[in-house]
Amino acid sequence: MTRSDAMILTIAHREFRSLFATPSTWIILGALQFIFAWFFLARLDAFLQVQTQFAQLVNAPGATQSVASPVLGTVAFILLMLVPVFTMRLIAEERRNQTMVLLMAAPVASWEIVLGKFLGLFGFLSLIIVACLIMLLTLAMGTPLDLGLLLANALGLLLLTACYTALGLYFSTLSAQPIVAATSTLAALFGLWLIDVASSTSSMTLKALSPTLHFQSFNAGLLLSHDFAYFLLFTATCLLLAIRRLHNSRIYG
Amino acid sequence: MSAQITLNARNLSRRLGSREVIHNISLQLRRGEVLGLLGHNGAGKSTTMQMLAGVLLPHAGQIEICGIDLAREPERAKACIGYLPETPPLYRDMRVDDFLVYAAKLHRVPRTQIAEALAGAKGRCGLQDAGRTIIGSLSKGYQQRVGIAQAIIHQPEVVILDEPTVGLDPAQIRDIRALIRELGNAHSVILSTHLLGEVENICDRVEIMQHGQFIYGDTSVRMQALGQQAGFVVTLLAPPELDVLGAVPGVINVRALSATRFKILHATDANTAEALLTLSAQQGWQAQQLTPLYGNLEDAFVHITQNEPISKT
Repeated sequence: MTRSDAMILTIAHREFRSLFATPSTWIILGALQFIFAWFFLARLDAFLQVQTQFAQLVNAPGATQSVASPVLGTVAFILLMLVPVFTMRLIAEERRNQTMVLLMAAPVASWEIVLGKFLGLFGFLSLIIVACLIMLLTLAMGTPLDLGLLLANALGLLLLTACYTALGLYFSTLSAQPIVAATSTLAALFGLWLIDVASSTSSMTLKALSPTLHFQSFNAGLLLSHDFAYFLLFTATCLLLAIRRLHNSRIYG
Repeated sequence: MSAQITLNARNLSRRLGSREVIHNISLQLRRGEVLGLLGHNGAGKSTTMQMLAGVLLPHAGQIEICGIDLAREPERAKACIGYLPETPPLYRDMRVDDFLVYAAKLHRVPRTQIAEALAGAKGRCGLQDAGRTIIGSLSKGYQQRVGIAQAIIHQPEVVILDEPTVGLDPAQIRDIRALIRELGNAHSVILSTHLLGEVENICDRVEIMQHGQFIYGDTSVRMQALGQQAGFVVTLLAPPELDVLGAVPGVINVRALSATRFKILHATDANTAEALLTLSAQQGWQAQQLTPLYGNLEDAFVHITQNEPISKT
């Protein structure tokens, strides 16, 4: 392990642990799991009602496709509102509490700070996704599961989380007010989502900007290289902008 | 004075928009030296320290820490600096131990030496019993100590403390001053303050800042001498008229502090005290107490900052 890796992990580890030090995190985690379970049971109920009709079809959709995929689609939408709540803390709150200077004065490069913060929060958000997936795996008690579809969904959700987190992190570097960071991230993410849902008639070029559109292919079990490229480029661009912004704050104060 | 130079800053400037807030300042610090940065609010002390700590980049000029260029190799140079900003950068929801271990890791203390560094820093800052406490629940004085512990945990060559004693009670101030003095033996320390007493007590050297420039720099002992007035306060139980005292050879100014106490200023070369005591014995003024006036930094500071013509920017 190189020194940079160690530094990034140190920052990520603190970020991850600090989330669990506040009671609000636990409340959010509990509430989320409750909401996910609610959706899950609602979909399961609907599935059980139409199951007898499905049985007569030749190539009927299974439980994974009609229960798990829609639930995970909802998770993707909830992430849109959830991520800004967490990303706002990353840099903006440290600025407001004047703890940012600890990192700025430490022998740590800007990119190590940004990557550390990103990984810390990404690890935490992955836990939420994993918890939801474990809940969906209980379906295996009653029916065979399409593991491929489930894994494609999980991968899509992780990529989506990474891109939302990176965008939120960038907005967090722009402000010293967490609330400003949160609302601007939320506005940006909603804007990207609206491009996808509202512009049904407009060109695909515009729609291709929206992360939710790219998640839909994962949601349907499709692994397309351009979706991967989109998410990785989106995340990398936001992280680079955040690094640049952090460096500029040393120059312009 | 052949000790190693640990910090060398040359011709630093920094602008805020189009206004230049730091003009072309240079600074050298040797090992084992405590330097006091003195100045009014807004003189540029904090900005200077932020630049020295690598938090802000100077727009012009160069900083070397132990011979390592801060702009070219920031990671290596910053490992030799410990910095306590005006507001200690403390995560209020962490425990003292966890926070200090985090600070140690950030400053590249090797994993095997962390426990030792933690114990050392806590010992020096009097935090032995506070390890398991949540930082947010500590008193301000203890938080300040945690802030200092954070700055020294990696045994840096240069320690930069921005107003380390602000808002503390007198006992805490005394403790922290003793700690800074002790730090000054092994490390180089820069501290900023607007408390002159602090400089008198702990600093070897003083730099006075005004309008983003160093306008005066010297040892604190010599700076006190600058503010020195030749004179004394004398108690006469049966005093004569003021005019009579004024006529004593060498006396420049006489002021009655009370019915029996007089403040007398005299020419530096005249031996006025002896003349006055001789007269007192002859005339029966019953001289009781004679206290020479000591120059203090306060006078010197006022003297220096007022003499300096305000630079036109």
